[in-house]
Amino acid sequence: MSRNQSQKLPLFEIFVRSKRGLDHKHVGSLHAEDHEMALQHARDVYTRRSEGVSIWVVKSSDIVASQEGDEDAFYDPMDDKPYRHATFYEVPDEVKHM
Amino acid sequence: MAASTHPIFEYALALGDDALVLGQRIAEWCSNGPYLEEDIALSNVALDYIGRARMLLSYAGEAEGQGRNEDQLAFTRDCRDFRNLLIYELPRGDFGFTMARQLAVDAFEVPFFEALTRSSDRTLAGIAGKALKESRYHLRHSSGWVIRLGAGTDESHRRMQDGLDQVWGYTPELFQMDAAEAALAESGVAVDRAELRQQWESTLDEVLKQATLGRPADDWQIDGGRRGVHTEHLGHLLSELQFMQRAYPGLEW
Repeated sequence: MSRNQSQKLPLFEIFVRSKRGLDHKHVGSLHAEDHEMALQHARDVYTRRSEGVSIWVVKSSDIVASQEGDEDAFYDPMDDKPYRHATFYEVPDEVKHM
Repeated sequence: MAASTHPIFEYALALGDDALVLGQRIAEWCSNGPYLEEDIALSNVALDYIGRARMLLSYAGEAEGQGRNEDQLAFTRDCRDFRNLLIYELPRGDFGFTMARQLAVDAFEVPFFEALTRSSDRTLAGIAGKALKESRYHLRHSSGWVIRLGAGTDESHRRMQDGLDQVWGYTPELFQMDAAEAALAESGVAVDRAELRQQWESTLDEVLKQATLGRPADDWQIDGGRRGVHTEHLGHLLSELQFMQRAYPGLEW
């Protein structure tokens, strides 16, 4: 691959819906100049073996992520509240993808 | 080639050669692309063309009825027996030229295959249906790049315009009909290329406008591919494409 031009192109995160009824899932990231190009590249890189029916592309810089350092404040308080879990329900067999 | 050959053989062979030769050309970008994602995109386009070539050459061999299969047609004919149009065999040049040629070809192939899906020959109509979907995507890809580069920096604009100027004289051949093709069009098998010119021009004008590029003057043109009269570039392409079968005839793996 010639030079390092890809380093100058913005990074995009790619989400692919593998079939109708399922959620879009993060599959990876790639470089592109703009959203349209990101969509085309995502089609070629991530769906060329029929992996998808829909693609979302999002600029990586637009994603706001939680920080590892926030773990205690974010998640620990939930550990001792088992009444929040819906463990009393039985999921019928016909309900898939839960 | 003898005048007694089957007209469907000639037609499928010509379209198959177009696809084979351009597929090989675009495949030269594999591992040489400007960056990883575009490398994959171009290789994908190349594979679309190789797939098309396989279907068309197989069908040509069938129509000929001499027992030649797709591989024999692809790997054991010499330059003068190739029927591809010259625009398909031109060297890949820089990325600007590759995209200029691709835009010219894609803008032609979309209406061409659209029309061929209505062919009275069901095999050709079926192949056209598949190729049409691919070409619609190719056009989106090439026109996106031509606009991006044309309306980009001074250098990308200049190189895009150069590419367009260099390929321009090879585009009239896309619309030429020889007697055999005209007869096939008359009987509803082939597409009348000449009729596609207007649609091609309006697609191109629209893209060139957005790309701030000028349409080159129609002051030169070169043809000969369908008669087997090729540029000096085809022989070199075939020497790579055919090396294995020439060195080890009948080799399989």
